[in-house]
Amino acid sequence: MRNKKTSEEVALGIRRRVFEHSMRNNGGYLSQACSAGEQLAWLYNEELKLGDPTLPMIPKPFEGVPSADNPNYHTGAGYNGPFEPQYDRLFIAPAHYALVAYATLIEVGRMAPEGLEMFNKDGSSVEMIGAEHSPGMEVHNGTLGIGLSTGAGLAYGRKLKGEPGRTWVYMSDGEVQEGQTWEAVQAASFHGIDNLYAIMDVNQQQCDGAMDSVMEVGDLKAKFQNFGAVCVDIDGHDINAMRDAVNEPHDGKPLIILANTNPFHSMPILEERFPRLHYVRFKSEDERARMNVSIAKDLGVEPVDYSH
Amino acid sequence: MVEMVSRPYASAFEKFAVGKPEILCLSADLTSSCEVDGFRDRHPDQFLSLGMAEQNMMSFAGGLGLAGFRPFIHTFGVFMYRRPYDQLMASIAYPRRKVRLMGFLPGITTPGGMTHQSIEDISVMRSIPNMTILETGDATEVESICEAADSIDGPVWCRVLRGSVPRLFDTPIKVGEMRVLSEGDDILVVTSGITTEEAMRARSALKEAGLSIRHIHLHTIKPFDHKQLLDHIGSVKHGVVTIENHVTEGGVGSLVAETMADAGVGKRLVRLGLKDTYAHGGSRAYLMRYYGLDALALVGGIEDIMGQKFGITEEDMEAARVDDVHSLVKAEAL
Ligand SMILES: Cc1ncc(C[n+]2csc(CCOP(=O)(O)OP(=O)(O)O)c2C)c(N)n1
Ligand SMILES: [Mg+2]
Repeated sequence: MRNKKTSEEVALGIRRRVFEHSMRNNGGYLSQACSAGEQLAWLYNEELKLGDPTLPMIPKPFEGVPSADNPNYHTGAGYNGPFEPQYDRLFIAPAHYALVAYATLIEVGRMAPEGLEMFNKDGSSVEMIGAEHSPGMEVHNGTLGIGLSTGAGLAYGRKLKGEPGRTWVYMSDGEVQEGQTWEAVQAASFHGIDNLYAIMDVNQQQCDGAMDSVMEVGDLKAKFQNFGAVCVDIDGHDINAMRDAVNEPHDGKPLIILANTNPFHSMPILEERFPRLHYVRFKSEDERARMNVSIAKDLGVEPVDYSH
Repeated sequence: MVEMVSRPYASAFEKFAVGKPEILCLSADLTSSCEVDGFRDRHPDQFLSLGMAEQNMMSFAGGLGLAGFRPFIHTFGVFMYRRPYDQLMASIAYPRRKVRLMGFLPGITTPGGMTHQSIEDISVMRSIPNMTILETGDATEVESICEAADSIDGPVWCRVLRGSVPRLFDTPIKVGEMRVLSEGDDILVVTSGITTEEAMRARSALKEAGLSIRHIHLHTIKPFDHKQLLDHIGSVKHGVVTIENHVTEGGVGSLVAETMADAGVGKRLVRLGLKDTYAHGGSRAYLMRYYGLDALALVGGIEDIMGQKFGITEEDMEAARVDDVHSLVKAEAL
């Protein structure tokens, strides 16, 4: 099921879906589609080694939280295929990227487009903040900064069991403000967990705005290296750069790819909202209409008819 | 129709803090989500951005307390005690720092799911020595929460409502007291936070069913006036129902249970709330129905004690407010 489309086409498809969704709902995590499109497209369309989905194309409704009394409980990891030794695993650490991640599942044929219609609807498993029971998710990462540690533990466990599959963590740059991120790198390096891979969306944005105005985080590459990782800095919209970065030797160390991105890449009109891009809700009908026309043109689609 | 107040915390905090240099506003990258963005822009000298780094923020606030400041910490409640619990204990609660912990999105008031919903915070805070606990249930309480919290000589945990908030009361929080909303003699209903409005929605239907309800609303959960609660329990014939935006263990239901057991009161108690479960993401009205925190669930609790059904349906309740997911009074859709 791979490579029917190019990763560039998948990235465009992701943006079109997130755009349409945000227009219809008068808001959404739209900027994350701009920054993350190529990274998620590359991961799912070419880099990750995944089996066929084991869960229905149209997601089932919410079937309960983990509990001894809930025999039906399952995570959404089945959209990434079965847990087999040879296959890779992926966590989306910043759970608010879920909308973009769901759009990716649709673009690569792992979820039906109807899945996105269920987004944030009552009783649905396609939650706004991706839960572990949401499509493509395996652990609940809504509290930021825990993803890399869980990934390190899973990777270590799989290493002990001799499994060749890799563990990937999709990260956001806000997560580096949490101390736990650094504890994770320290432990992964100390224990030689080189089957752990992370790619981070360095969009220099967080809830309050530009990261430099909220809490400066300094030279990330140098910091990751000092904590014991191998770290590569790339243009996060350049898929060839990702293909090269993943080949960086990192014997005995985790590999961290810093994908430097533009939070309004491919939707330049969003720059009007800079530096507050974390959640784009249209401030007026006029703004919504202008952005609809402008972004539709950028993405090569018709403006969204959101009147009904 | 209830009056709805838009972003009551925003103006209340500003009014309270201006001209008090010893009050500092701390935020962990949720400044607009906690309605202090205007304050940040107009009073940068009293504002400290600490980034998404809650553990550091808690001990940092303890240090500010040591220097004689009274920090008001703003973030979603859940991020203020789960990860940084140890820092909360060692740097704030144990040394009794005057840190005011403003926890937004209490319980299931957020669609963010398990990681965003503080469903056991009251239980945790009740078990922390030196901690005071306040919970807001309407706009007037939100407007008075800063003064109330700042009157305490020690740390204070506050559950704060945000966005569009109904006005149910016309007097400010008086720490240590409880509000008596009706003085019936069949059943005592004890509510706090958003469940108070639910109980008020059921009021006329219960009256029509011939029930005389005594209803008290708690804004102060710790310290607690056990004597007054016992007097109310003594005034009703059949029993007590608690309903809370929290798990039924360790919160208001437990507080009432402990009070009754300690005094040897032999009346029925029905505790409503999240029944030993995590919640998931969804609208507030959906979650209140799904997990049994709404007016209909309250009626069920009362029927349980009375041993009879009253045939009350959702149509018999006063209109519920439906929160708009994409309301302009919220910074995001949480
Ligand atoms: C521990 C924790 N603190 C705070 C939050 C609230 N929060 C959600 S996303 C976010 C911004 C983090 O920045 P980033 O992940 O880089 O997001 P971007 O704005 O780039 O999408 C914050 C503070 C959270 N989810 N978890
Ligand atoms: Mg970011």
